[in-house]
Amino acid sequence: MSTLQETKNKILTSTVFENWVNASPRVNAFADTIKDAAQAFTAQGIPTTKHEEWKYTNVTKLATTDFQISANNNTLKKVDVKEMKVTADAVIVVLENGVFNKEASSLEALPKGIHIGSIHDMLDNAAVKKHFLQHADYKTEPFVALNTATFSDAVCIIADANVEMETPIHLMMVNTCDELSAYIPVRILVVADKNASIHVVETFESFSHTNSIFVNAVSEVVLAENAKVNYVKMQDDPGNTTHINYHRVAMARDSYQHLTTLSLGRGLIRNNLNIRLGDVNGTAYLNGLTVARSKQTVDHHTAVDHAMPHCYSSELYKNLIDDQAQGVFNGKIFVRKDAQKTNAFQSNKNLLLSDDATMNAKPQLEIFADDVKCSHGATTGQLDDESLFYLRARGIGEDAARALLNHAFAAEVMEGIAHEGVKEKMLELLNEKLK
Amino acid sequence: MSDDLKILDDVANSEYKWGFVSNIESDNAPKGLNEDIVRFISAKKNEPEWLLEYRLKAFRHWQTMTEPVWPNVTYPKVDFQDIIYYSAPKPKVQLDSLDDLDPEIKATFDKLGISLEEQKRLANVAVDAVIDSVSVKTTFRETLLEKGIIFSSFSEAVHEHPELVKKYLGSVVPYTDNFYAALNAAVFSDGSFCYIPKGVRCPMELSTYFRINSAGTGQFERTLIIADEGSYVSYLEGCTAPMRDENQLHAAVVEIVSHAEAQVKYSTVQNWYPGDKDGKGGIFNFVTKRGICLGYKSKISWTQVETGSAVTWKYPSVILKGDNSVGEFYSVAVTNNMQQADTGTKMIHIGKNTSSTIISKGISGGRSHNSYRGLVKINKSADNARNFSQCDSLLLGDQCGAHTFPYLEVSNKTAKVEHEATTSKVGEDQIFYCNQRGISTEDAVGLIVNGYCKEVFNQLPMEFAVEAQKLLAISLEGSVG
Repeated sequence: MSTLQETKNKILTSTVFENWVNASPRVNAFADTIKDAAQAFTAQGIPTTKHEEWKYTNVTKLATTDFQISANNNTLKKVDVKEMKVTADAVIVVLENGVFNKEASSLEALPKGIHIGSIHDMLDNAAVKKHFLQHADYKTEPFVALNTATFSDAVCIIADANVEMETPIHLMMVNTCDELSAYIPVRILVVADKNASIHVVETFESFSHTNSIFVNAVSEVVLAENAKVNYVKMQDDPGNTTHINYHRVAMARDSYQHLTTLSLGRGLIRNNLNIRLGDVNGTAYLNGLTVARSKQTVDHHTAVDHAMPHCYSSELYKNLIDDQAQGVFNGKIFVRKDAQKTNAFQSNKNLLLSDDATMNAKPQLEIFADDVKCSHGATTGQLDDESLFYLRARGIGEDAARALLNHAFAAEVMEGIAHEGVKEKMLELLNEKLK
Repeated sequence: MSDDLKILDDVANSEYKWGFVSNIESDNAPKGLNEDIVRFISAKKNEPEWLLEYRLKAFRHWQTMTEPVWPNVTYPKVDFQDIIYYSAPKPKVQLDSLDDLDPEIKATFDKLGISLEEQKRLANVAVDAVIDSVSVKTTFRETLLEKGIIFSSFSEAVHEHPELVKKYLGSVVPYTDNFYAALNAAVFSDGSFCYIPKGVRCPMELSTYFRINSAGTGQFERTLIIADEGSYVSYLEGCTAPMRDENQLHAAVVEIVSHAEAQVKYSTVQNWYPGDKDGKGGIFNFVTKRGICLGYKSKISWTQVETGSAVTWKYPSVILKGDNSVGEFYSVAVTNNMQQADTGTKMIHIGKNTSSTIISKGISGGRSHNSYRGLVKINKSADNARNFSQCDSLLLGDQCGAHTFPYLEVSNKTAKVEHEATTSKVGEDQIFYCNQRGISTEDAVGLIVNGYCKEVFNQLPMEFAVEAQKLLAISLEGSVG
């Protein structure tokens, strides 16, 4: 298709990309992978709605927009991002237009055994060598391929064995680009070694007022034996943004991961979460919340892959869809042949708040083992009339009553956030969004 | 229990029970498919010009289509030029009584356990017996005619009631719908036609026995059921097939039109040859079944028990167009050995206050794969639409797979859509409980699985429910270790 060809040309032949791939000696180590990914993207192109995984989410306009890779990435100072901190003591890592901004970050007081920095400064780290670009599959995911072929910087967070860090690490993605149409590849690597425990928060925000922004983020999270990662993704991009996010978690035995995705932004959002329980006794929680307004589409695709026995996974996804917005939920659970004694649960609850709102849900189970307990449930409806009546009978106005019920509906997702400070901040944000 | 034991015993000692070939002289079309074959079929059946036109249009459209590959099944590619598209038992003189029936055909029915005269006298069932594409005998027609009910073979209906056939043929499943529907529209051989006039409650269960007979003939049945305002009909479809080594294709189309306040209940028990233990042979069952609830309070209910076929690809659907109309889907799909089933339903809500219920029970054993694929679509116009879906899967081994692919598309905020799915195995504690009380493991599994399917079996007419339970026991034979 010509449009795909055009995109490829636009992005892959952009001088920034060419120069970077060919000229930068710093990424020589990954040059082969990057070229391979570029080819993989060329082969796959931008998916159309004919593609089963993109049936409800139309991103073809990406193929016809003339995106530029942002060049101006060092404008933010500490003071600019102070207000956005998730907790007062959080370790701040700022990515400005996808590029690590050391000036604005505050990495001075890192505990021993925690390493954070740009890929360019961390190439010698053993964990980085082992895991960088190794987990997100660009062969089957077009946007991972595009990201792998085009990222110019990446942030790596490495927790050494037995390090436990209570303070959250706040990855702040801030867009300041002033190109007419900007393309922002974001790349994150998080590695928690044996028995390590960390809290990570990703937030996506924007100071930019350009025409359109295309954020293409890929996070790879690796958990070694008995590691524990609590991860929160909060997306608050403005309406001019198309946000495509791929999050891959590779889990070793006895590891625990808790992931909360909060899609509160106003643009098109697509989340691909891919969790692989690669060894026995892993535990994975995936929670998600959408508050969709105007004409936006918010799409959550989750895939939980139970490859080994005795693992547990639980998903809770809630969508509040208002105006002419569209919500999409596609939850896949795979239970492989050897994954006996698997417990996998999934729950998807959706509220339609307006006459023009749409919700498309596709909870999906693929089970190849017999000794398993798997279930999924999906419901779509509106607020319960009786609950509304109950509140109104007690003198609460209709709008306030609705807001209260919506909040109660959404707050359940927040309850799972392990870090109290982060939870509080996120609830605060949610309150603002639901006003 | 003793009855069930007997079934298991019988089966353990026999090959596929209903695998035999009756030797009826066939009047076959040459192998392959082209416009001439379509004309040949049409000419053979003395069809009017408009129907030939319809077939040709469908055929030309079919040529532009490609075979779908999206279902969760794998099978060797079908060579559509290697199929005989028409085979009819040699025409005999018009039959006046059962005695005139070809003794071979009669024997076939006897082996199947449905003796026509028995059915005629004892069970209150009218049978439109179909052997290889041409209706051989229609019973109870006179009784039905008194009430104004038309129940005949499709070809007869074309001649006797062309206005009805013309009006409704393709109105629910147009030939443009999908690859197999287009193929069927081009080459359909025969099938059943049923019309229930206004306000009439059909006094008996209408039933068709399908039987695939000649080697290498695909069956392309076409069934059209029209229930006029305020009428009621319960329709049964049951199938068995002889043993074959090469794969046989079956691509039927069933269309149901339910007018205001009419009710249609369609029940199927499908037990076609599933192939042997290694998946050799067996029927490919690619069926398009759809009903439309046209008016206020129309109702269509599908009940299916799928135990046969090597590959099943089937989604009985209901379009809920009329306000307050109701759609139901009750399904038990059992796969064993190398069988594959991709089945489910579509409920399209268009009218206000429409409601639909989906109960699907999948049971997989051996190395089989069983998928539920369903769509619930609530259009913007469907105020207060209601859906409840429950899809349960039971796994009887560690080599098989159970898959669920539900699509829930909701565009109306007043809709209430609920979907539940579970996957589990037969509980060891349940089996232990039975063992303790002197019930063998195999019987216990039969018992538990039958209980698991009860919700669906309860929807079947009595005779069918009994047959379905036996089929289930037979299908599960050997799947318990």
